Amino acid sequence: MTGTTSRLVLPRYLQEQDGQRTPVAFDGYRSTGLRAPLRTPVDLPHRLTEITGPVLGEDRVTAGDADLTLRAGGEAQGQRIIVFGRVLDSGGRPVPGALLEIWQANAAGRYRHVVDNWPAPLDPHFDGLGRVVTDSLGRYEFTTVKPGAYPWGNHHNAWRPAHIHFSLFGQAFTQRLVTQMYFPDDPLFGQDPIFNAIPPAARHRAVAGFDLGRTQPDWALAFEWDIVLRGTEQTPFETDDDGDVA
Amino acid sequence: MAFEHDSPLVQDADETNERRPGTPRRGTGFLDEPLTLRTTPSATVGPYLAIGLTWPDGADAVAPGTAGEIWLRGTVRDGNGDVVPDAMVETWQADPDGRFAHPDDPRGSATTPGFRGFGRSATPGGEFAVRTLKPGPVPDGEGGLQAPHVDVSVFARGLLDRVVTRIYFADEAGANATDPVLAALPEDRRATLVAQRTEDGYRLDINLQGDAETVFFAV
Ligand SMILES: [Fe+2]
Repeated sequence: MTGTTSRLVLPRYLQEQDGQRTPVAFDGYRSTGLRAPLRTPVDLPHRLTEITGPVLGEDRVTAGDADLTLRAGGEAQGQRIIVFGRVLDSGGRPVPGALLEIWQANAAGRYRHVVDNWPAPLDPHFDGLGRVVTDSLGRYEFTTVKPGAYPWGNHHNAWRPAHIHFSLFGQAFTQRLVTQMYFPDDPLFGQDPIFNAIPPAARHRAVAGFDLGRTQPDWALAFEWDIVLRGTEQTPFETDDDGDVA
Repeated sequence: MAFEHDSPLVQDADETNERRPGTPRRGTGFLDEPLTLRTTPSATVGPYLAIGLTWPDGADAVAPGTAGEIWLRGTVRDGNGDVVPDAMVETWQADPDGRFAHPDDPRGSATTPGFRGFGRSATPGGEFAVRTLKPGPVPDGEGGLQAPHVDVSVFARGLLDRVVTRIYFADEAGANATDPVLAALPEDRRATLVAQRTEDGYRLDINLQGDAETVFFAV
């Protein structure tokens, strides 16, 4: 064992305010009823386990993972789109080398999953899975088709707005994020409890922007979505026990 | 309802990275002064997470066949005591020397061959299983030690954000008694975090609600 006797200077990851982050439970979302914990979570100060996290990068990505429109030897049906943006931390710093995993319904709103059997067609050339790693400036980009809306059993005539599921690892356990990206001006926002579980002040941050400048003529529309993970407190001049500037 | 797109990048961001004295620049990993961007809100992983988050080696926090490998297992249950068959459990931990496979470990990254320290398991039938090594004690950063532990995230349909807990080990009673995280909990709640020895490793069930609701942490 090493390092057990000295004081370690560790970064501390900032927590978002309550009115700016999604609560674990939301009344209108029925499934939270028996699943979301009822007790108040206990504060866990950030120590080594929390300020480190899995290092996952290009080894988890294979060629073609960034293009969901070309699978099983053919082209997916639907409106071809480019989804791009940057992964940043709350201090404005890009997060390079971050693994993004995405999954989504096809253009008809159907997932390739055994539990999804509503009467919309599957697409033999769309499996709905994408993976990329951010570049040195924190940028990412996928090519896919715009997912369709789909019905679900939460309440009578409930429909999910079109969305893409995103899973991200930052550089620490504390930064882990699983979320959903929406498309601008979706008329289904008003009746969707998963969207409305996000506090009003934060909802726009779950919605991508249409970017005419990044559309590809005669090829694809483009949507921009920047993702912001928790950043660290600025602690440039802490000292350790030896008085050294750390 | 209309939502104006609002990029967290401020409109006057200097994308060229031309350096001007006193001007924060973006894209280099260094800033002259802290900016504050609001974080992206979380959402539920939903029922179809297997499409995007299945890895053939997901369960392997350590390479199969590594000496000393154990299985961490447990059942995730809801407020009715029913199993949760569509959750995902992720684990993160130190190696037997108490080191993390990560560059931010100030003592140096873990050196145990084949050790990733990260496991990811679906919960078919409610049960997760992660192949790993038992972690060693980890410095608490203030001159003491934390008992061997594993940080755990649970994602599921019905959870709009992950919930976080820890796994400790029943055969570390001495270390557990002085662990700062366990010590801060009421005594009758600590047992929800302590895994029991099994034939091939350890078992700890995760109860999302109920009398035996697991202790969950705000990180
Ligand atoms: Fe979905």
